[in-house]
Amino acid sequence: MFDVNSLPLFVMAAVVVGYVLFQSFFFLFKALKRAKELGMDMGKIKRTMNATAIFTIAPAVSIILGMITLSKFLGLPLPWLRLSVLGALTYELPAASTAASAMNISLSETVTSPQVYSVIVWVMTVGILSGIIIITLFLKKMQSGMMNIRKKDEKWGKIFMDSLFLGMISAFLGMIFADIRLGLQGWIPVVIMILSALIMLICGYFVKKKKITWLENYALPISMLSAMALSIPVTAIMGGGL
Amino acid sequence: MVVSYEDKVHKWGRISTSLAIALFLSFPLFVSIYYNAWPGWGPFLSGLLGIAPIFWVVGAIEAFTFGPMLGSGGSYLGFVTGNLTNLKVPAALNALQSMGVEANTEEGDVVCTIAIAVSSIVTTIVLIVGMLLLAPLQPILQSPTLAPAFDNILPALFGGLAVVFVSKNWKIAVAPLLLMLILFIAMPSLASSVSVLVPVGAIFTILVSRVLYKKGIL
Repeated sequence: MFDVNSLPLFVMAAVVVGYVLFQSFFFLFKALKRAKELGMDMGKIKRTMNATAIFTIAPAVSIILGMITLSKFLGLPLPWLRLSVLGALTYELPAASTAASAMNISLSETVTSPQVYSVIVWVMTVGILSGIIIITLFLKKMQSGMMNIRKKDEKWGKIFMDSLFLGMISAFLGMIFADIRLGLQGWIPVVIMILSALIMLICGYFVKKKKITWLENYALPISMLSAMALSIPVTAIMGGGL
Repeated sequence: MVVSYEDKVHKWGRISTSLAIALFLSFPLFVSIYYNAWPGWGPFLSGLLGIAPIFWVVGAIEAFTFGPMLGSGGSYLGFVTGNLTNLKVPAALNALQSMGVEANTEEGDVVCTIAIAVSSIVTTIVLIVGMLLLAPLQPILQSPTLAPAFDNILPALFGGLAVVFVSKNWKIAVAPLLLMLILFIAMPSLASSVSVLVPVGAIFTILVSRVLYKKGIL
C-alpha cells in the first residue's frame, strides 16, 4: 500500500534539500571570498552573519508549524521538501488544497492513493516555477538595467531602490491594519507593530548615543523576538481568542 | 580576458538554478515512475488551472520586484530556497542596512548573497531538526500559549524594519503608506493577496518619488 511517509520519498526529498544546502554554501563561500578581495570589514560581516542567523530562527520555526499542518494530509517528506526549497507558507497550503479540491478530496485525511499524491505533487511543483524560471532567464538583463539607471543618475538610482524597498514595506504595514474594523482584537497586530518599532528605536538610541555598536546588527532580531514575546500578554489583555 | 565577479555569479547562478529546477521536477517524476502513478492530463490540468493563474503571476511579479532588490547571487539563491517576503528579503535588507552598503553595488550584492545564504542554511537546518524532533516539539509549538507569538510574526518583523527605512526616507514613505492604509482599511480582504500589492506599492512609490525628485523635493 502507498504510504506518504515511505522511505524512498524521504530519500528523494533529502537529495533535493541536500543539493540546495550545497548551493547555499557554494554562494556563501564565493561571496565571502569576494568580500575579502573588496577589502570589506570581515568582523562586521561576521556579526551580520550571526545576526541574520538569529533573525532567521523565529520565522523558520513558524515554517515548522506549516509543515505540521500539511503533514497530516501529505505526510512529512513533501511538505519538508517544499518548505525547505522554493515554496512559502502562503503558497503551499492553498496549492495543496486547490489540487485536492480539483479531485474532490478533503484536506483532513491522509492521502492513501498514489494517483492522488502524484497529481498533488505535480500541480504543486509546476504551479510555482514561474518566478525561478524568470530569474534564471532574465536576472542578468534586469541587473544591467538597474546598473544603467544608477550610472545615468547616481542620486535617482538610490532613490529608485529606496522607493522599491519602501513600496514593499508599505504593503506589509498596510496589511497589519486590515482587521482594525473587527474591534479591539483587530488592533492587536497594530499594537505589536508599534511595540516592535519602539524597541527598535530604543536600540537605535543605544547604538547612536551610547555607542554600543554591536547592537546595531542585532537590533532587528531583538525587536522582532521581543515583540513576538510581548504579543502573548497583549493578546491576553486585548481579548483575542481568534 | 578577465571575467568579472558579477559575470561569474550569473554563470554559476544560471547553471546551479537550472540544475535546481531539474531536481525539483525530478521529485514528481520519481513519484510517477516509482509508484507507477501518472497524474493524467485531466486531473493535472484542472488542479493547475486552480493555482497557476494566480501563482504564476505572483511568481513573475516577485521576480521583477525582488530581482533588482536582492542583487545577483542573492536572487538566484533566494528564488531557489523560497520564503522570500517573510524571510529572505527582510534578512537581506537588514544586512544591507547594518553593513551600511547600498543595494546594486558590488558590496551590496555580496552582502545580500551572504545574508540570503546564511538565512537559507539556518532555515534548512531548523526544518531538519524540526522534522526529526517533530513528536516532542509538536505540542510545544502548537500550544495555545505560543499561538499569538506566531500569529504576530509579520507585525513584529515589519515594525522594526519600518522604523529603520521610514525614518531614513520619510519623504519617500508618506505616499505609499497612506495609499496602503486606505486600501487595506477599505478592503480588509486584500490581506490574503498582499503579494500582489507589493509591486503595486513599489511602482506607485517609484512614480511618486520621480515626481518629487523632478520638483527637487527629494
